Order: sequence, then structure tokens, then C-alpha cells
Amino acid sequence: MTMQETITRKLDERFAPEHLEVVNESHMHNVPPGSESHFKVTVVSEAFRDQKLIARHRLVNQALADELAGGIHALALHTLDPDQWFERAGKVADSPPCMGGDGGKA
Amino acid sequence: MDVMDRIRQQVEDNPVVIFMKGTPQFPMCGFSSRAVEALKRCEQEFGYVNVIADQEVMQNLPRFADWPTFPQVYIDGELIGGCDITLEMFESGELKKMVDAAHAKRAAS
Repeated sequence: MTMQETITRKLDERFAPEHLEVVNESHMHNVPPGSESHFKVTVVSEAFRDQKLIARHRLVNQALADELAGGIHALALHTLDPDQWFERAGKVADSPPCMGGDGGKA
Repeated sequence: MDVMDRIRQQVEDNPVVIFMKGTPQFPMCGFSSRAVEALKRCEQEFGYVNVIADQEVMQNLPRFADWPTFPQVYIDGELIGGCDITLEMFESGELKKMVDAAHAKRAAS
């Protein structure tokens, strides 16, 4: 199973999302072709309703603790409840380009 | 001083502090760059720690507030989050309010 598939499966099981997008953005960074190091994740779930952003991100970080401990170098995270997703018409911010500072985990 | 004490001191001594890759002038990671730009636009002083220059902090910061990634932004002693949260709070105006409040609180004490 690829890292992308593992992330997708874990988030799907944990959050029963209305919308889930796991994008491998490793190509935007200074890593070998085919790497699975940088991901952008958008999760739309009822589980986030009335939760502060930091609490939402903690839930996702916990769900992906194993992957963050080994493998994932950077995780751009967008966590919304279904109403917020509707208000934003399904748009989240683009991730930044790499600046070369691979001194450790992003 | 123990590394956890050094981290705690930074968090407690600064109303606003960012642990980032690189410096505010020369960020070395796109995520750190964006987060620090949001702090700059709040137009208040903030502290920073370049985790690339301090490997001990880089290795131990994730367990300080149980947060696995960089950058990390602390306001008034509390972790508010990483790049995505900082940007989202900046855009909603909440970040500036929190930064201003942390400075006002510090000035009053």
C-alpha cells in the first residue's frame, strides 16, 4: 500500500468524511521522483463541527501519528465541517513551494 | 539548561514566538515562510527560534506540546498551531487580535 493509500484509508475510517482529498505534493519539493514525503490533505467531516482548528488538527495528527513519525515530511492540513466546505465552495489554500530547508521534519 | 526548559523559557518569555526553519529574514521552508509572514503583518514584535540551527530543539519540540510538525506558533504561552492554522486565523483577523492582546497583557504586567 502506498503512503497516499494508507493516509486515505486511515482518515476515511477515522472521520467518515463527506469529502476527502489526499494530494501527493512531493513533486513540489527537492526530493527524488516518486517520493511520498509531502502531502496536502483536505478533510470535510461532521467530526470537526464546533471544534477549534487546533483541536481538529490534533485529531488528524493523532490519526496519522505512525505516518508522521516515519515517512511524512510535511502535511498541509485543511479541516472543515460540511457547512464551511459549502461556504467556501470547495476551495482551500494552495500549499507553499519548497525553499530547500530539509533540515528535518517540516 | 535542559532543552525542554529552554523551549519553555522561549514560550513564556515572548508574548509571541515562532519555532521555524530559518529566520524571518531568510526562511528555509515554504510553510515557515508563510507563517512568519502572517506574524509580520500583525505589526507587533515576535520572537523566533531557528530550529535548523538548534537540532536539539528541533528533535524535542514535537513532544513539548505534542505537535509533530514545524513551524509552531505560540501566543501568550499557548500553542495556536502550525502554518495552516496561523494563516487561517490571520485571514479571519483572529491572529492579530490574539497578538495584540498578548502584547497588551505583557505591557500591563
